[in-house]
Amino acid sequence: MNSEASAVAVQSAEKTYANGTRALLPVSLNVQQGEFVTLLGPSGCGKSTLLNMVAGLLAPSAGRISVWGESPNALSHAKQRMSFVFQEATLMPWARVAANVRLPLDLQGVNRPEADQRVIDALKLVGLEKFSDAYPRELSGGMQMRASIARSLVTDPSLLLMDEPFGALDEITRNRLDDELLTLWRSKGLTVIFVTHSIHEAVYLSSRVVVMAARPGRVVEEVMIEPTIPRDDAFRVSTEFAGYAKRLQDSLLRASVSVDEALA
Amino acid sequence: MTRDGVQRLLLPLGVALLLVGVWQWWVTAYDIPAFLVPSPLVVAQTLVKDWSLLGAALAVTLKVTFLALICSVLLGVAIAFAFVQSKWIETAFFPYAVLLQVTPIVAIAPLIIIWVQSPTASLVICATLVALFPIIANTTLGLRSVNRGLQSLFKMNRATRWQTLVRLRIPSALPYFFGGLRISSGLALIGAVVAEFVVGTGGTGTGLAYQILQAGYQLNIPRMFAALVLITLTGVVLFALMGALSKWALGSWHESETTVS
Ligand SMILES: Nc1ncnc2c1ncn2[C@@H]1O[C@H](COP(=O)(O)OP(=O)(O)OP(=O)(O)O)[C@@H](O)[C@H]1O
Ligand SMILES: [Mg+2]
Repeated sequence: MNSEASAVAVQSAEKTYANGTRALLPVSLNVQQGEFVTLLGPSGCGKSTLLNMVAGLLAPSAGRISVWGESPNALSHAKQRMSFVFQEATLMPWARVAANVRLPLDLQGVNRPEADQRVIDALKLVGLEKFSDAYPRELSGGMQMRASIARSLVTDPSLLLMDEPFGALDEITRNRLDDELLTLWRSKGLTVIFVTHSIHEAVYLSSRVVVMAARPGRVVEEVMIEPTIPRDDAFRVSTEFAGYAKRLQDSLLRASVSVDEALA
Repeated sequence: MTRDGVQRLLLPLGVALLLVGVWQWWVTAYDIPAFLVPSPLVVAQTLVKDWSLLGAALAVTLKVTFLALICSVLLGVAIAFAFVQSKWIETAFFPYAVLLQVTPIVAIAPLIIIWVQSPTASLVICATLVALFPIIANTTLGLRSVNRGLQSLFKMNRATRWQTLVRLRIPSALPYFFGGLRISSGLALIGAVVAEFVVGTGGTGTGLAYQILQAGYQLNIPRMFAALVLITLTGVVLFALMGALSKWALGSWHESETTVS
């Protein structure tokens, strides 16, 4: 295990909340630079908990987490290129799209002309450049999510943490955003940790799927998805796709069955 | 003005006209004497005839109301900021804010009048005490009701306390603050009137409440009604004014002020 070269190294990190909930048994996970790793599992299996710990928003109860060899909370500013995309768009309703996207730069004290240019670039990446003066409530759910992604890209991060970002969207919009995300991932050489409870989304997007189970939250298996397969509509209906989906499904099922047996 | 806006003005006005019409008809048809219930026409005549008296009284009441409203906004917001800065401060002092709210102003007004020399100042203090609580409660709630995701976003970007306050907490609190302001504006007027009833007996007040008291002693019922009408209208105008202020501040983004069309 070469954790020094990993973008993200999780070493036996576990989480027990203050109220005694064992959200996550010890988990170890290494994510290499440029990987697209998906956390897949049923509700309550600790996906958000794990992602929040990687983001430095939650402290692990035991174990260690490092991002580029440093504690996520103590990333030196120059290296701090980690962005989080939440389940909801979480835009500030009182600010226009451009101001929302500029927020991380404003907080970091980037000067205004440079910030504005980077906002325009980020909005172009997600196809929202025409809506920079709109208020969030004037956008559809999918467009709000795009704005949220633009905000996460504006700092030019190399690590993107996404917690069920497209969970609230209809399937057609979701598929299109999945495609756009893959394009961004490839063109920018991003490292992505992506949370979902959709098996199909996991197969389509990932280079590796981490299957998790609930009660107590834990990792049960890791499944590699052959990275050379082109991700397009043909892949969605291919037998390989069905094979991967079946394998993940079985893995999820086995995990929940073993818990039921343990409880019986 | 939009069609919706016209309707929102015309419908209540229609109801008012109807009620006034029925009132006028009832008083005339049954020959009710003016010293029991004056007709709307008599009230209007009195309003015009006694305007020098009533207009001056209105100005006094308005002055007290607005001063009290400004004081409660400044004080209420300051207290709310103190509350959200530390849970300790809130736990220690919130019960006293509630105490302030539940103590009837008529019970403490005489004390305040004894302690404070200037009658205007004592009136303003009484009205402020009545109007303060909704501002404190709403602003505190608003400053705390910050979207968790946005909070995380600010944290991940290493926002300072000041940045979080100015860019996140204050904008999040604005809709709550304006909700409190609408309630407080009405309470400030009520506080001003009630306090003046107490002060007025001392013979120093010249506001609308004092006019009602005087008219009552003289059995000048039409003037009583005229003063009452002025107080009611002031309340309505005040409420509309706060509504417009809220719309001006939040109109572009907040759900409560945007119309679905
Ligand atoms: N702040 C908290 N305090 C106490 N328990 C919590 C807290 N947050 C989460 N939990 C519990 O920890 C467990 C894992 O929660 P988590 O949010 O990580 O699940 P998840 O996999 O993200 O689920 P979902 O798919 O529904 O988002 C759950 O049982 C949840 O009830
Ligand atoms: Mg979650």
